[in-house]
Amino acid sequence: MAVEIKMPALSPTMEEGSLTKWLVDEGADVRSGDVIAEIETDKATMEVEALDDGRIGRILVAAGSENVKVNTTIAMLLEEGESADDLATDLANDMVVATSAAVSEVPEAPESPESPESAASPVAGASGTAAVEAATTGAELEKPVAEPVASGNTAPLTVREALRDAMAEEMRGDDRVFVMGEEVAEYQGAYKVTQGLLAEFGPKRVIDTPITEQGFAGLGVGAAFGDLRPVVEFMTFNFAMQAIDQIINSAAKTLYMSGGQMGCPIVFRGPNGAASRVAAQHSQCYASWYAHCPGLKVVSPWSAADAKGLLKAAIRDPNPVIFLENEVMYGQSFEVPDDDDWVVPIGRANIVREGSDVTITAFSIMVGRALEAADKLAEQGISAEVIDLRTIRPLDIDTIVNSVKKTSRLVTCEEGFPFAGVGSEIAMQVMEQAFDWLDAPIARVTGKDVPMPYAANLEKLALPQIEDIVATVVASCEGFRGD
Amino acid sequence: MVQIITGAEMAEAAKAARKRKPGRPPKAAAGMAAVNDMPPTDELVTMYRDMLLIRRFEEKAGQLYGMGQIGGFCHLYIGQEAVVVGLQSVSKPGDTVVTSYRDHGHMLACGMEADGVMAELTGREGGYSRGKGGSMHMFSREKNFFGGHGIVGAQVPIGCGLAFSHKYREEANVCMTYLGDGAVNQGQVYESFNMAALWDLPCLFVIENNQYGMGTAVTRAAAGRSLADRGAAYGIPGKQVDGMDVLAVRTAGAEALAHCRAGKGPFILEMKTYRYRGHSMSDPAKYRTREEVDAMRKQHDPIDQLRDVLMKQDMTEAALKTIDSDVKAIVTNATEFAQTSPEPDPSELYTDILKPLTGGATSVEV
Ligand SMILES: Cc1ncc(C[n+]2csc(CCOP(=O)(O)OP(=O)(O)O)c2C)c(N)n1
Ligand SMILES: [Mg+2]
Repeated sequence: MAVEIKMPALSPTMEEGSLTKWLVDEGADVRSGDVIAEIETDKATMEVEALDDGRIGRILVAAGSENVKVNTTIAMLLEEGESADDLATDLANDMVVATSAAVSEVPEAPESPESPESAASPVAGASGTAAVEAATTGAELEKPVAEPVASGNTAPLTVREALRDAMAEEMRGDDRVFVMGEEVAEYQGAYKVTQGLLAEFGPKRVIDTPITEQGFAGLGVGAAFGDLRPVVEFMTFNFAMQAIDQIINSAAKTLYMSGGQMGCPIVFRGPNGAASRVAAQHSQCYASWYAHCPGLKVVSPWSAADAKGLLKAAIRDPNPVIFLENEVMYGQSFEVPDDDDWVVPIGRANIVREGSDVTITAFSIMVGRALEAADKLAEQGISAEVIDLRTIRPLDIDTIVNSVKKTSRLVTCEEGFPFAGVGSEIAMQVMEQAFDWLDAPIARVTGKDVPMPYAANLEKLALPQIEDIVATVVASCEGFRGD
Repeated sequence: MVQIITGAEMAEAAKAARKRKPGRPPKAAAGMAAVNDMPPTDELVTMYRDMLLIRRFEEKAGQLYGMGQIGGFCHLYIGQEAVVVGLQSVSKPGDTVVTSYRDHGHMLACGMEADGVMAELTGREGGYSRGKGGSMHMFSREKNFFGGHGIVGAQVPIGCGLAFSHKYREEANVCMTYLGDGAVNQGQVYESFNMAALWDLPCLFVIENNQYGMGTAVTRAAAGRSLADRGAAYGIPGKQVDGMDVLAVRTAGAEALAHCRAGKGPFILEMKTYRYRGHSMSDPAKYRTREEVDAMRKQHDPIDQLRDVLMKQDMTEAALKTIDSDVKAIVTNATEFAQTSPEPDPSELYTDILKPLTGGATSVEV
């Protein structure tokens, strides 16, 4: 059977081109890979190669032809034992001339592909519902198990100790778990979070890396692909910017791009957000950056009990987890259940104070400020419910929505910048799911929309304070009391 | 067989100096096992067949792209077949492979099915990534192929991580980490070289120097004498190899893999190779002449070279024809599969984003 040589596409957007030159004549023997013609578009010149061995039987589109549609048969290739006479006579007589009209009459190949638009339409056509579905599916997938019930005994632990204990316990339980980062081993951690781990687990499992964030983040991803369970510490999340390509493009997306084969069970952890007087390059909250990306889980605990329980859950999770700590919180003590295996599921918010007039959401260090604000608000007769988000993605929107249905007012708090922040997302989802219950516009308390200043007074102004939360809540309640 | 050793001695010496305890004289560099013997004919035939399969597969992929059945970016491996085939011929079970987006040849050489690779190119359910990865992002855990990565250089630390996992588990396996002559200028490559040497990771870095990164000739992008030297500062031995000669690749590969497997740390092989086709399908090809491409094709083609060797070993024309038609049949079947396999179900849009927890949050997976 003679083989049809077709006008090729040079790019997904090319529909037609010029056949500038034939490099072979009818009757020429060609081998697979030989260049036989040149075609051109406004963007590029490209060579057409023979895809089979054989003899050029007929050239159907003459050199110099313009506007030759993609997939037009431009020549016939005879296979071994065939002759030009075998080609249908009508084809042989039908030398196509250099007009686009004539060319476009050549029938399209039967398997001619759908246009990109039509291929994409089932999704694009329903983008509204698709978005909602995506949100619910994400939550569904990780429908969190119930809150763990503690046996009752607790001991005071700092957040720092709680994090260390979580890592040590998981390392004892699973020898695939190892900790890697700058100064995590001999120095015992830049913030002493990995204190004692080297002594217990040795240098094979507690690894000091060079200052090479992109490198060790990528190495961790590879180790996770290789079925280990890396816990990668960033000295602070500011430096994870060096590694964000590996976190997003390699860790978060590979499960999807591999059709479910790969998976990347890794924890990236370290302090996030503002410390104190370290200025713009060392003071930023990255919660909304990572929460933006499907394929990651993002956790940011406040209490030591949650820090411990959530870090253990993160290490066991088969997905990449961004674990955002806070330097200022490391030294704070909380009661922590002393159960053998205290695990807090990812994906559940926690109502840390019940109230009836307004819902306040917060995470990490802002939870403490929100609770203090709630005390002050109580003095003014406003009963605030405070929700500790704990997990930013998947967001426990059900807990927030149920609270808003009770209080009818919502104020979100975070240290990060306002634009496209965590609060923006919460506001959108609450509007989608509880619009009719709201008695006031949702308000947000955020860091100011400026790089973090160094001067003490300016830094204080840039960071959201207890008074900011109080004022925002009061405005939300005052302005719409109306009753 | 051209085999230029560049920077190897220098690198060995640097490494020896680093490792040497103070006060001890340097040991003479141990000579590597000579693996120069001609492989048995059946192995030559396998390599011939594997290279031909890649060639025919890629030609077909180019054709399907031309017909609009493959979308996006599609980077063909035509011309470079000897590199991956030569190296795979001396790999051991359990060795891992990771590379860039120019990955079809690597997948076939790793034993992945032509059907599944082609169907991924056409974005169908039967593809290795069920249509969700495409040409640049395909994986097979079963065949120890870890992608297919679209970000230039990103696969290099990932390869170190795979090597790290071999060492952590005390397996005598190596991760073969492929990168291009363009990728070799990325910062993370040097972060990787440093860690791989520091921790003696069993990582074979294979620089496929096909002379161009897109439209930029290597001489316009890379300073220094040779890319094989790029690990010298870290004490990583490096060697330049004629990457158009599958036997030279095989010999160098065997030595380098033995080095990594013996716990001596990473090794760099710079494969001097050439891609006949454009960088991707839309390539204006203004950066090189047709004469240059033709000369490589005519004088250095890896398949023709091995064919000559086989003919000298009394392989018959007919036997080679049989291989030819077997390979053609595989590609034809793969094409048919890739055209008839259905598009992924719309519900696939939302699958494989996160893995479900196994056994609840309170159980330790071991
Ligand atoms: C980080 C990054 N920068 C740029 C690109 C675009 N890009 C894709 S391939 C390529 C050239 C790479 O050349 P080389 O490493 O020599 O590999 P080859 O294509 O020759 O196999 C470029 C610039 C990319 N994919 N990733
Ligand atoms: Mg290149």
